[in-house]
Amino acid sequence: MAGRNPLHRTHPPRPLRALLRGAALAIGCASAAQAADLAAPSDQRRSGAEFMSASTRAMQRDDSLNPGMLWVKDGEALWQAVPEVRLQGGGAVTDTTGRQSCAACHGDASRRMRGVAARYPAFDDASQRPLTLAGRINQCRQKHQQSQPWRAESAELLAMESYIAFQSRAVPITPPADTRLQPYQERGRQRYLQQLGQLDLSCAQCHDQRAGLRLGSSLIPQAHPGGYPVYRLEWQGVGSLERRLRNCMSGVRAESFAFGSVELVELQLYLAERARGMPLEAPGVRP
Amino acid sequence: MARALINAPAAARAGEVIEIRTLITHPMETGFRPGADGKTLARDIISRFTCQYNGEVVFSAELFSAIAANPFIAFHTVATKSGVLLCTWQGDNGFMESASVPITVLG
Repeated sequence: MAGRNPLHRTHPPRPLRALLRGAALAIGCASAAQAADLAAPSDQRRSGAEFMSASTRAMQRDDSLNPGMLWVKDGEALWQAVPEVRLQGGGAVTDTTGRQSCAACHGDASRRMRGVAARYPAFDDASQRPLTLAGRINQCRQKHQQSQPWRAESAELLAMESYIAFQSRAVPITPPADTRLQPYQERGRQRYLQQLGQLDLSCAQCHDQRAGLRLGSSLIPQAHPGGYPVYRLEWQGVGSLERRLRNCMSGVRAESFAFGSVELVELQLYLAERARGMPLEAPGVRP
Repeated sequence: MARALINAPAAARAGEVIEIRTLITHPMETGFRPGADGKTLARDIISRFTCQYNGEVVFSAELFSAIAANPFIAFHTVATKSGVLLCTWQGDNGFMESASVPITVLG
């Protein structure tokens, strides 16, 4: 995977770098600047947080400033609650017989859900396709809670997703080693490289080739998914990675893929692979 | 669902200046923006915030349009006695939300 990853194209492979470093030391003519450069970590991937202003970074870092924590708090309440079922007519039914809260099965989220968000999207045996974390939450609601799925981008779904992602804070992104995911991930990679829309731009043209430069007044980040769901100042609320992807697609004036569509899941699979090993930082804050 | 967060030190020394930080979920609709149908969306904002320390108002603020959604308000007060910090947000359409945190004052 690493060899095909466009992000890695710009620097030499690991053994070659080690050789170069050794050579520089042997010659002993490396200037201080060169030495510092060589000592820098070889990983040039940077979280979107590092492209933000100091004040926005502080907002993400401090839980008492991070508005995403409101969603985490909501998610915590939902985790403990037995789901209600709404009738088609709109009236809420409080009959909860035979239904259980998330906590009844999964227990203490801070222990049992640690690291879970870092493994998604994952392959689902039941539906024979990859599922995102949001997809898994909704599947669990239908199968184990006899309840309706939450609407994409609804406050409840974002709250639950934020709460579960929050449990994996600082856990490295570790896409599962499942061969069934490979074809989806490969299609995701192709989609990442494919030029789209009236502006005829691919994800890679901005986020690989022009990362760190500006699009209008905003810095272009490297498009790593670790902070999602994020509180975006522009949205004045929390949104999912799918919302962000659809946002980019309408930005290049392409028709956006639907929420929960397999195309978006494939892209997310590729982004997760591309960010393998980078820590989760949900709930992130983005400008 | 839980709508407000208050961050304040759980314990402080008597006479110590403490910082209280509050966050609340609210759309803060300005009353000037057009909706999808072109009609102006009705104003829906928080208009008043109050913090009471053991029943005494130690901080209050008036809020207006053009304050961002999910307002964050931080302020300082002096820790005097153990008790409760009660924050109240009031606004349009009968909006009313309160949350409290206990505080222990030593010495």
